[in-house]
Amino acid sequence: MLYFSKLRIVSVIVFTVIFSYFAFSNFIKFDDKFFSKNINLGLDLQGGSYLLLEIDNRPVITQKLQAKIIELKRYFKEKQITLKNFSLKENTISFETTNNEIENVKNILNDKESDVNTYYPTYKSHEFDVLEDGNLFSLNYSRYGLVLLKNSSLDQAIEIVRRRVDEVGTNEPNILKRGNDRILVELPGLDDPNRIKSLLGKTANLTFQFISQNNEESFGTEKLSFEDGSRDAIVSKRIILSGDNLVDAKPTMNSQTNETVVSFSLDRVGAKKFGKATSTGVGKQLAIVLDGKIISAPSIREPIIGGSGQISGDFTFQSATDLALLLRSGALPAPLNIIEERTVGPDLGQDSIDAGILSLFIGFLLVILFMIYKYRAFGLIANLALVSNLFLLIGILTLFEATLTLPGIAGIILTVGMAVDANVLIFERIKEETKNEKNPIIAFDAGYTKSRTTILDANITTLIAAFILFFMGSGPVKGFSVTLGVGILTTLFSVYFIARLLTSLYVVKNKDKEQLL
Amino acid sequence: MNNISFNKFYRKFNILSLILIVISLVFLIFKGLNYGVDFKGGTLIELRTTDKTNNISLIRDSFNQMNLGDVSVKKFGNETDFIVKFEKQNSNDPEFIQNIKNKLSSSIGEIDFRRVENVGPKVSSELLKSGIIAISLSLAAMLLYIWIRFEWQFSLGAILAIFHDVIITLGLFSIFSLEINLSIVAAVLTIVGYSMNDTVVIFDRVRENLRKYSDIKIFDLTNISINETLSRTIITSVTTLLALLSIYLFGGEILKGFSLAMILGVIFGTYSSIYIANPILVALNVSQRTIVKEEEKN
Repeated sequence: MLYFSKLRIVSVIVFTVIFSYFAFSNFIKFDDKFFSKNINLGLDLQGGSYLLLEIDNRPVITQKLQAKIIELKRYFKEKQITLKNFSLKENTISFETTNNEIENVKNILNDKESDVNTYYPTYKSHEFDVLEDGNLFSLNYSRYGLVLLKNSSLDQAIEIVRRRVDEVGTNEPNILKRGNDRILVELPGLDDPNRIKSLLGKTANLTFQFISQNNEESFGTEKLSFEDGSRDAIVSKRIILSGDNLVDAKPTMNSQTNETVVSFSLDRVGAKKFGKATSTGVGKQLAIVLDGKIISAPSIREPIIGGSGQISGDFTFQSATDLALLLRSGALPAPLNIIEERTVGPDLGQDSIDAGILSLFIGFLLVILFMIYKYRAFGLIANLALVSNLFLLIGILTLFEATLTLPGIAGIILTVGMAVDANVLIFERIKEETKNEKNPIIAFDAGYTKSRTTILDANITTLIAAFILFFMGSGPVKGFSVTLGVGILTTLFSVYFIARLLTSLYVVKNKDKEQLL
Repeated sequence: MNNISFNKFYRKFNILSLILIVISLVFLIFKGLNYGVDFKGGTLIELRTTDKTNNISLIRDSFNQMNLGDVSVKKFGNETDFIVKFEKQNSNDPEFIQNIKNKLSSSIGEIDFRRVENVGPKVSSELLKSGIIAISLSLAAMLLYIWIRFEWQFSLGAILAIFHDVIITLGLFSIFSLEINLSIVAAVLTIVGYSMNDTVVIFDRVRENLRKYSDIKIFDLTNISINETLSRTIITSVTTLLALLSIYLFGGEILKGFSLAMILGVIFGTYSSIYIANPILVALNVSQRTIVKEEEKN
């Protein structure tokens, strides 16, 4: 165990030097073309916001089911099959058919080629589960139908979220899917997430609807309140135009009224629709509705045919900018709720880094002093191994651009404390062996060989804990598992290559001395 | 070499451990754990005031006026820093935190929110569930590993030692109402690893000695093995504790709970390797035949 070939000695040195270089490149800028990687600092260290958003798919499901009812009615009408008493309750569509059509309807709905109930061969499932009880049919989203619906709504939402976050212009945001109805948004360096939170909290569903002439709510109209809560108005349910037709929106100053407004331009289809509606509706009030609230309801004085217009309504420059941003980035398919938020201010992050480095330094010093006190020359060897272990650990974290968190720093300090264990096991074993074996080289060799399985066992147990933590843990805790796990590997390397090499050099040189350890 | 008669005190310490476990379980069952926002849901705000005359009761009063449910205020490190926790979290209102900040500044002067954690009920119950799964999984993995590496008597000893450490550490957290959050789960997992590590080192030696001496009874054999590995046990716990103490004292307020749990775990882990794991080998009457039989089978 004590013999090292020249090649091996050189590779150990080269390996250690390279990773130490990686480690140092975090602190000193070498201006290097070959290696420009850094450890990422977690949000808890550099400051920033972590937001977990959940899509509320209920309105999407209701909308889709309503659309499905219309589709079913139309489809069966074409087939000249009468369906009646359609209803939508608790996400279930139900309808009745005449007794002699039951089989027919059933076949259409359960057909693998069905046009109204799509079959997904990969999932071996239809979009809807069909239940029939006599002439009463009920349709429910099947498990996979629901999964597909959620996935497509998540895909749309993540795109919109990305656009909105990009528009605000934070540095390197991280936007990821989580499951099939969640989005994780990480915003490093962002001190105050309020603006982003309020931007993400809005669905931004923009519609233009006429204000009804009647003062009573009736079929085809709905009662909506104004944004400022001052009053309500009865609005026609017919949507003249929606935000989908917008191609641009920006905050501008209306030179006549000296008000901040949001001016928008429409695509060709939108311009046509808008022109037609405004020319037939001169004199009427057009409500501009955002997420079910009326922003303003200007009277139409003349047809607007140019495909552009303005939205006014007590805006500050900031709120007009935000509305324009929301309109440009498009509407979310469903509302998003922030179900988890963690924000750390940058000065707290810096404090954490300082405290982490201070405690690393002190912990390191204490362990080093203790080892020298206990083992003298061999303590020094163990310490050299410990120092290179630290460099290797940081070097590897740098190479993989791992994210360092505050618990991650704790993991490094803990590694420092536990890393000497392997050398202690070896040294203690050697001490025992020297009692019966006078030749130090044989005793040292035996010490290394006999302690090997114990060291492996002991480290594998910690590695198992680190692995499980890595797969089960989240955020900062994951950072801990990474440093702990990588720390075990670098510890084994530093013990079996660096410390063993130094030990062998020392022992061979001093083999005639009495009591080496 | 050391020659301490650890085995004389097996019985006494077993009784002590049993009492500690019973006390811990009583507290865990009847008092329960003090879950932080990670597991209970709610809002945590770490704030720094500019006005040094602000004290806990003043801040608590300001928060109480906002109707946020149960509010707790604690000093955090130096005298201008406070941790405020309350039940309410509002995911539907993006301006929730901003509103609190505005109201607070108007009543107690300029403040800085250094850290905000807002966890909804769904997320907190998921986090709790995955924490419990993680700990159970690691126990199962350890059991599996040691079952492969050793005979069943050893596995039982090691696992009971780990249960002992985890239950007592959590029991102490319950008794002193210390907060359980995500980092405590990490600490518990590391304790599991450490305790196992410590037990395995002694067990390796027990097994080696079982092969070496056929005429020594397990009662004395465990004692020899504990003594042979004692300096390692002490040195490793000392260096680990030095590192942990350094985190506890200098690593900042956020890591205090984590390092405290680890310190307790290392102390109990070291103790249990000697006084739980080994007596179980004695109780199960492990002998040379135990390991020879196993080896013949393979």
